[in-house]
Amino acid sequence: MKGLLPDLDLVRKDFPILERTFDGGETPLVYLDSANTSQKPQVVIDTMVDHLERHNANIARAMHHLGAEATEAFEGARDTVARFLGAPERDEVIFTKNASEGLNLVANTVPLGAGDVVVTTEMEHHSNIVPWQLATERTGAELKWFGLTDDGQLDLSNIDELITPATKVVALTWVSNMLGTVNPVAEIARKAHEVGALVVVDAAQAAPVLPIDLASMTDEERPDFLVFTGHKVVGPTGIGVLWGRRAALEALPPFLGGGEMIATVTMAKSTYAPIPHKFEAGTPPIAEAVGLGAALEYLMHVGMENIHAHEEAITAYALERLATVPGVSVLGPADASKRGGAISFELDGVHPHDVAQVLDSKGVAIRAGHHCAKPAHQRFGVQASNRMSSYLYTTPAEIDALVEGLEYVRSFFKLDQ
Amino acid sequence: MTAANLEAMYQEIILDHYKNPHGKGLRDPFEAEVHHVNPTCGDEITLRVHVEDGKIEDISYDALGCSISQASASVLNDLVVGKTVDEAMVVHEEFLRLMQGKGQVEPDEDILEDGIAFAGVAKFPARIKCALLSWMAWKDATAQADDRALTEER
Ligand SMILES: Cc1ncc(COP(=O)(O)O)c(C=O)c1O
Repeated sequence: MKGLLPDLDLVRKDFPILERTFDGGETPLVYLDSANTSQKPQVVIDTMVDHLERHNANIARAMHHLGAEATEAFEGARDTVARFLGAPERDEVIFTKNASEGLNLVANTVPLGAGDVVVTTEMEHHSNIVPWQLATERTGAELKWFGLTDDGQLDLSNIDELITPATKVVALTWVSNMLGTVNPVAEIARKAHEVGALVVVDAAQAAPVLPIDLASMTDEERPDFLVFTGHKVVGPTGIGVLWGRRAALEALPPFLGGGEMIATVTMAKSTYAPIPHKFEAGTPPIAEAVGLGAALEYLMHVGMENIHAHEEAITAYALERLATVPGVSVLGPADASKRGGAISFELDGVHPHDVAQVLDSKGVAIRAGHHCAKPAHQRFGVQASNRMSSYLYTTPAEIDALVEGLEYVRSFFKLDQ
Repeated sequence: MTAANLEAMYQEIILDHYKNPHGKGLRDPFEAEVHHVNPTCGDEITLRVHVEDGKIEDISYDALGCSISQASASVLNDLVVGKTVDEAMVVHEEFLRLMQGKGQVEPDEDILEDGIAFAGVAKFPARIKCALLSWMAWKDATAQADDRALTEER
């Protein structure tokens, strides 16, 4: 199959959990839930253990060997993130605890008021909806939405009504976690920047699969803020990233107050540290940041271009195979080159919970439900769906196992009788 | 989960109730209507109760969800309609005891009838909420109907 990682077998060996079996060794794990969270390579696990075993100390304030080592490891991870994103400056990388926190940080600090407009889209994860609902309710600003076309793309036909001089923020996902759609971020950013709006990109699903190079984007097309989450890029949970343009970050007030984020504190007033520390109050998730650094090094070593090609090949194969199962209908774009690695689908006559439960008995792990994208489900008149999602370790044989599993679901629920 | 567990969960009785739910649809009259959702999976139910002189005359509902939540609403309808509220609460308690028993509870078949088929579901923490959705909605609606009756008496 063209596009697959040439060393797929070796890549799989890097992920110890893929050896898991159930039912006393009879049923191998087929993990197709990577859009939910990805599995971790040994090097990430080892790096975190090594940090805790040998280098653990608090950062930035411990005047001893270990303090220096921990600080170097933590700040080294920041350098790695900057390289991974092609960030113009490493100090523009803020560590958060996940993508949600990054989005909340921006939504809580961007100045908004009555008459202002925030624009988001109907395909967002709840993490890029609820913070903006809270922010607009709090400030009296108005929240507007890009709708979706029937094939799961953003409907840009009314872009000139949505993006006007009143628009202060355009917040959108790069890749949809439900529909898989890859959105035209550059085009929308250009439009938003013409009216002086800030562009906030949720890259939680894009960072795992798309090569990102912020520095090589033109100024008009480069977002102002971008977030992603560590656990979806083969890193640990508890760590995420907010990248922002220096000027945009400097213009925001601090979000959380505490240690590490100050320049000086008196009883009358405090002044704040420069970015990135201004936005990193308190002791950060140090081992997790170090683990994220190792994860991104791993992905860059395999090569994001190669991972992207692999995802596209697996997705194309999955779309082709799913089409052979009677009663399966896929949501979102039909063309693999326009998608990320998540494919949501329905199986006529069986509720997604039941599909997932029966697949699980065969070792096949998928997600069932609304995938934290209720408005997108509503748009397509679907209450819940099944979602398979692949990653760099997914094989065509695992897609075959899914398809076999779906045939078993059909027979289990006697759909042909 | 093994194939045996799967069969234990999806008892024939459950699949029958799922395919032919008893008492489905929203009907008049009713004293209270509630809407409950399972936030993790989005399963939803709108449920009405009609209570007269302490007796449950009807439970009508409209529900979206998996086989377990649908079958459970159907079994609820079978078990509770025609009973007094007090009798129905006993059934509710027994169903709750079964579902929260981590698969260790021996259900009372005299009380639960078809409801004992849900014993297999109790082993799957993720699905217990599915089985309880309609029962919790019913309890809520009944309490509301009760409140209303009290207020009207006064
Ligand atoms: C598109 C998208 N945005 C945001 C998130 C939130 O990520 P986290 O839960 O790690 O904050 C997710 C993951 O669930 C996602 O898929």
